[in-house]
Amino acid sequence: MNIINIEHIAKIYEVGTEKVHALADVSLTIDKNEYVAIMGPSGSGKSTLMNMLGCLDTPTKGLYEFKNENVSQMTDNELAKIRNREIGFVFQTFNLLPRSDALHNVELPLIYSGMASYERKERAKAALESVGLSDRIHHKPNELSGGQRQRVAVARALVTSPAIILADEPTGNLDTKTGEEIMSLFNDIYEQGNTIILVTHEEYIAEHAKRIIRLRDGLVESDEFVKNRILPNGNKNVPV
Amino acid sequence: MKNYLFELKEGLLISLKAIGANKMRSVLTTAGIIIGVWAVVLMSTAVKGVDTSFQEGVASLGSDNLYIDKWAWFNNDIPWWELRNRRNIDMDDYKKFKDLAKLPAAVSPSMFTNQTVKHGDYTAEFIMVVGTTNEYVNTTNLTFSQGRFFTELESRGNRNVIVLGSEIANTLFPRGNGLNKHVKIKGIKYKVVGLLEEQGSWVMGNFNPDKQAFIPIGGLFKYFRSQRRASITINVRAENSAMVAAVNEEAIEVMRRVRGLSYKERNDFSINKQDGLLDIIDQQVGVIQIAGYFITGLALFVGAIGIMNIMFVSVKERTKEIGVRKAIGAKKRTILGQFISESAIICLLGGMIGLALAVVVAMIIRQYDFPMVIQVDAVILAVVISLITGVLSGFAPAYTAAVMDPVEALRYE
Repeated sequence: MNIINIEHIAKIYEVGTEKVHALADVSLTIDKNEYVAIMGPSGSGKSTLMNMLGCLDTPTKGLYEFKNENVSQMTDNELAKIRNREIGFVFQTFNLLPRSDALHNVELPLIYSGMASYERKERAKAALESVGLSDRIHHKPNELSGGQRQRVAVARALVTSPAIILADEPTGNLDTKTGEEIMSLFNDIYEQGNTIILVTHEEYIAEHAKRIIRLRDGLVESDEFVKNRILPNGNKNVPV
Repeated sequence: MKNYLFELKEGLLISLKAIGANKMRSVLTTAGIIIGVWAVVLMSTAVKGVDTSFQEGVASLGSDNLYIDKWAWFNNDIPWWELRNRRNIDMDDYKKFKDLAKLPAAVSPSMFTNQTVKHGDYTAEFIMVVGTTNEYVNTTNLTFSQGRFFTELESRGNRNVIVLGSEIANTLFPRGNGLNKHVKIKGIKYKVVGLLEEQGSWVMGNFNPDKQAFIPIGGLFKYFRSQRRASITINVRAENSAMVAAVNEEAIEVMRRVRGLSYKERNDFSINKQDGLLDIIDQQVGVIQIAGYFITGLALFVGAIGIMNIMFVSVKERTKEIGVRKAIGAKKRTILGQFISESAIICLLGGMIGLALAVVVAMIIRQYDFPMVIQVDAVILAVVISLITGVLSGFAPAYTAAVMDPVEALRYE
């Protein structure tokens, strides 16, 4: 099933009198249970594309359909609703609320979707358990290691059972070993049937995905499947 | 509806968390609100206290009374020289009036003199000594703790008997054994036949019977003031408040006859009522109120600016947080509600502190006999005012937070 369908979208910023094409003309589709990495050097438009995919921003031109709904025409509130229910964000800097414990951070999306307190606490606990943090639910972010913080962020992304997980440089602030643990977690999530979009500039991280879309100057440079995908144990493997 | 309530509740919880994280700052921010609410509560309490004690005081004087006097007590319409040139009202006028007036429940004459009253080593200075007849007690609601008012016999015979107001009695007889003792006014011995219970309050000034002493009017003329030079007041009591207007009409009629005025001449007397006293009290209360509103308004204004300022800072500081919240699905109105409720809670907190301080101060002031009663409406007022201030001053910062672009906000460092 086709979750994301983008046709000829462009994002144009006006800087003074000059028009900057952050995205010139991009078309792509992403299906359910895909594991896609979006790569590109800085200025390639990958951040803009990620904001677009994450419904944080709308394109200047072109069509963006999310689960067959036209996102390009949506109001701010409708976008907020889509983000809340269908998209789970994982950020490079974790972006947890510093003064709230892990449980509250994870239940936050459920608060915004209007779930009753008891149910959302149960679900948040379950999500934290699934990322291996059931013994840390009342710890605040500054009482957790970087890897644990990112796990909380992943739990927060998963808790609403979103259609896609959108991870922006999720290992960027982590050491290699911890980064590998997080990538292993993403692999588990993928294997449970979730759809993951990974934005990164690191080749090694991108190769954990099954498909890599490379951007350059606001255009898709290449879009191909990974031949030697890196599996959680660190071994390269020929895809099935 | 249920959804809005839910959002409200969650918004409040989120706000409480945020405030808890910045306790010191929140309390400092709210200083203006504290002072504002403190002032408004204290003021309304004081006003209420003055009002209540005045009502009680008037009740002791009798609220259905008219006072026929040469002077207009509170009226400034008649030029003072005209008042001054009026003929004095004398005891003959009083006697004629009493015979002719049919409607009043009681009529008595009275005249004041300021004297020092002594008993042994104790002195009470600037005492308003009221000369009157035995009927005076019927034109008031005075109550006695000991003894009685002087009798008709004592009154007619101008005996040296005296009735003391509670404050004087306390001064002269701290041990409360004043009855049948003797006091001296200008060296003249008076026997204490009655002691009044506490009647009025300080609000009434010289009208407060607690600071008055009563002697037969003949004695007053004999010892302290010349009957020829001074003008007496005729105290007229109506049966009830419904009768006051009719008694007033009749009093004018009768007085004109007593004074022998032709139809062309204007009244050469004034009929005074306690309403006039009420006006004066209202003026005093008005001054308290204006001062109170001014302080309150100023403090709340400063407070509101403080809150707005700190909320702007808070929004700026938490730009990233706002970005995250928006990314995971917070709507505009959710963010708006979160920051408005945060500011409202801070203000409410300030309001509560202000209220508590006002209660403390009211209790302290009450030690000094100023009547202070914290009213439920003052509490409601405090809550409403601080909430409104919070919402108003929180709106602009909350709005800037609500309309933030999530992409920009997330990028903010």
